[in-house]
Amino acid sequence: MQETIVRLKARYWPDHLLGEILSKRWTETAIPVIVLILVAFALSGMIDNFFTPAALSDTARQAGEVGFVVLGMALVVIVGGIDLSVGSMFALCDFCALYCLNILNWPVPAVVVATIVCGALLGAVNGFLIGYLRLRAFITTLITLIIYRSAYDLLLFGNSVKIASAMPDFPSWDFLGMGAVFGIPSVALVYLVIAVFGHIFMTRMRPGWHITAIGGSRRSAYNSGIAVRRTIALCYVASGALTAIGALFFAARLGTVGGDVGIGLEVTVLTATVLGGITLGGGNGSVAKALAGTLIVLLVTNGLTTLGVRGGFNRMVLASILLVAAIVDIRWLKNRTRIISKVYVSPTYHFLPPPPSTEVGKGGPFEQNDKLRDVTLIGEGRIEAPEDVILDRHDNLYAGSRHGDIIRFLAPDYQTMEVYAHIGGQPLGMAFDRQDNLYCCIGGMGLYRITPDRKIEKATDETNRSLYSVNDDSRLRLADDLDIADDGRIFFSEATVRYEMHEWPVDGLEARGNGRIICYDPNKGTTHTVLRGLKFPNGICIASDGQSILFAETFGCSIKRYWFDGPSKGKVEVVMDNLPGYPDNINLASDGNYWLALVGMRSPALDLAWRMPGFRKRMGKRLPIDEWLFPNINTGCVVKFNEKGEILESFWDLKGVNHPMITSMREHRGHLYLGGISNNRIGRYKLANADPDFVQYDRRWGKQS
Amino acid sequence: MKLKRLGQQEVVFAIFAVLFAIFAIFLPGFATTQNMLTLLQNVAVLGILGLAMALIVIGRGIDISLIAALAVPPGLVLQMVQDGYSLPVSMVAAVALALVFGLVNGWLIAYAEVPSLFATLATGIFLAGFGQAVLFKLDVVQWSTGMNGFERLGQGAILGIPTPIIAFAVVCIVVALLLRQTRIGAYFYAIGDNPYGARVTGIPSRPIIVLQYVLAALIGCFAGFVLAASVSSMPTRIFNSTLIYDVILVVVLGGIGLSGGRGGVLNVIIGTLLIGTMLNGMTIMDISYSGQNLIKGMVLLVAVVVDSFLNPRNEETAQQGDI
Repeated sequence: MQETIVRLKARYWPDHLLGEILSKRWTETAIPVIVLILVAFALSGMIDNFFTPAALSDTARQAGEVGFVVLGMALVVIVGGIDLSVGSMFALCDFCALYCLNILNWPVPAVVVATIVCGALLGAVNGFLIGYLRLRAFITTLITLIIYRSAYDLLLFGNSVKIASAMPDFPSWDFLGMGAVFGIPSVALVYLVIAVFGHIFMTRMRPGWHITAIGGSRRSAYNSGIAVRRTIALCYVASGALTAIGALFFAARLGTVGGDVGIGLEVTVLTATVLGGITLGGGNGSVAKALAGTLIVLLVTNGLTTLGVRGGFNRMVLASILLVAAIVDIRWLKNRTRIISKVYVSPTYHFLPPPPSTEVGKGGPFEQNDKLRDVTLIGEGRIEAPEDVILDRHDNLYAGSRHGDIIRFLAPDYQTMEVYAHIGGQPLGMAFDRQDNLYCCIGGMGLYRITPDRKIEKATDETNRSLYSVNDDSRLRLADDLDIADDGRIFFSEATVRYEMHEWPVDGLEARGNGRIICYDPNKGTTHTVLRGLKFPNGICIASDGQSILFAETFGCSIKRYWFDGPSKGKVEVVMDNLPGYPDNINLASDGNYWLALVGMRSPALDLAWRMPGFRKRMGKRLPIDEWLFPNINTGCVVKFNEKGEILESFWDLKGVNHPMITSMREHRGHLYLGGISNNRIGRYKLANADPDFVQYDRRWGKQS
Repeated sequence: MKLKRLGQQEVVFAIFAVLFAIFAIFLPGFATTQNMLTLLQNVAVLGILGLAMALIVIGRGIDISLIAALAVPPGLVLQMVQDGYSLPVSMVAAVALALVFGLVNGWLIAYAEVPSLFATLATGIFLAGFGQAVLFKLDVVQWSTGMNGFERLGQGAILGIPTPIIAFAVVCIVVALLLRQTRIGAYFYAIGDNPYGARVTGIPSRPIIVLQYVLAALIGCFAGFVLAASVSSMPTRIFNSTLIYDVILVVVLGGIGLSGGRGGVLNVIIGTLLIGTMLNGMTIMDISYSGQNLIKGMVLLVAVVVDSFLNPRNEETAQQGDI
């Protein structure tokens, strides 16, 4: 009864989603946005008519003006600096705009250009000093703050009366200040355009990535060839220009040059930046964060003003919000990865009946023996982690290696070893197609092909994204084994969509159906997922009817058949289940049966733990990862089975001397070649009663009878 | 290379010496004893604040809230005395307020791990707002008769030397002793030089950081007493001025790097002298306030640029996250 509840909960409760949602980057913005929503709710509860169109459009105007400055500040903070001079630049740009308009009587477009150029130049001074002369941002912009402010005061001294007395009447200027399109203020529209562009710029374009990279690690960015100084300088120029745009709208709206224009603006803007969650010191931030921060600050200040709170209380509330948000944000950012690592592993219920016996003397097809003790070893100590092995018709032996190479041992004695192809990721399953291209699943990279003239080509590294998956499952994380259908379509397994290659045992701990089988059609160049929700699908072999594949589910301890063509198309059928070990690769045998590697044997402890998701979840939370209970992969065997799912024969190395760990095997001209992902050797076993001419893919493509 | 590298300290001192010489030669009335005393008196408060800031900056922090600590607790003394409390009680209340303020700052920075720039930015605004909204009736807290005698801290003289200068000297000595002669001072440098290293070697870095901010708040409060005593009131609007930037400039200009672990009292004195000389000279030349600021800014910029050529930083030597 209790187990039923556990099973139902594990089946229907989407436990794995929490970790996946948390590991999305946008959840970093969650805290500021939540604060924003809370503030908005609190204020709308306290103030009548807080959300009327008029009030909103008023807020939007101010938000737009400050928002531009915050965007500039965000840019500078992301690149690893700070710009304290924004308030003074704002004042100078305001002056510039009104001077050009009221005293020089320039047309509005010229005023706009002049103001933005003015802001960019002021920013360029900062940029030159900080970017090229490498002064400290904080102290430099502090000094320019004072210089710009005194320049503004001096300029104001002679001109303020003249500016105030002039009454310019340009409709376009008024539109900048007070105009609206469909009720949306002009400034908000322009802000929206720039913000959308800024978002695309920061997340999708090269300079944006450079900016984030410099903020994240200036030294690494420099060493990887990014023009650090120029990029930093340009960020300050952009900050100046954005400040100028904000000042332009301010000038158009109010048309005044007072002594207090822009005083303390840097504090407001900095508050907005921090509240938005943009980390000081750089490398982290987004347009959305800047916007959230701006809105929080403005809603709070406007709301408090409307409430008629005394200036002092206003400040206290703002400061408290700043502090609380900063503390929460810092805690959140600091512990986010730790929380994710605690909740990401989400074990599920997995029941297996007691396994068939393998003990000596008990009989049965799995009875242990010592047949593999006599294997001869190839490349001992010279190759690392040959997950799969394959031979061509000239008897040369190919195997993957941990270093990202496909290694070739040359026939006949397999003493000469060479790097056949350097791919860069670990090669797993391999197969030859009709044209002798070597197709290979590369863990972490996808499906690759090596042409007979040793050219490496990417076949595919992505498939269609499934609609309801939180994790982006379009990229291939762990392509595992493949086989090729008669029409050239390649069916390959992806063991898990939730973990990277080196974390594959954790997927076994989870025992959820995280894997899938994918079909790549080289004729059309398309890739699509054909089966989902498989428990670590691994070996794949085209069955003798040419219309179905046999595939192994490693942690399901079963072999299944899937029809991709013919009358039963789309059907899945269990061929064998409740295997005593974890099945890995499947390959064709010369007598028409199939070879299957069992990478490790089941143990009662893990079988029991698989029925107790709560136990495994606690283990994942409380123990360090190297003390978790993992599937055993230390000893395994090779079995031969027929199409009906009957085990015909098994091959063991009981003492574990020569070849204990087996992930794949390949029959070739009367021998069985053995690969193992944790081995430093390839085994070669002489088969009795085997076809001495059998070459798997020559037989497959009809080049051999 | 036998040539000793010129540090920022030496550069700034050289600029100060040249400026002083030029003023002394070309400005009538500059090189007089009386003017020297005025000069020092004018920058004494700035210098005391500079010392408080120096403590923090040496520990790789920054304290934007110093002006609030300067304005609010002394303002509280004036207000309480006005309201009929005795001077000692008011003083105790003010010091307690500064103490709590320093503790909050320190807790936020050391334990809640908020960057010092933002923590102090926020607490400064909070304290100023608290003063404005709760404590004070007017923006300028007025002197009352109960305060009589207190003004000697700002307006008196001992042996012909104005008391603000003596106050500055006393704080200089105390801070110098703390930094150079005590273990805690050594901890300040260790934390500023390498916070993680300091922590690993067993220095109780969090309590030490709290202590830094408490000390800074108390010194800031003391500077406020001197200021209030010399102008016989507490203009709390001083919080809105650019005084905090002057304080930072004094410290940084004197050669205490914002990256922490370097500098000492001497640097603050040099920085204060340079700023004081410039301000005094320009006042004698009758340059407007804005003009003075402009010139001050330019000189500072030159000093920082020269320093960057003498002590270049590049992508290899710069510390990450160091703004």
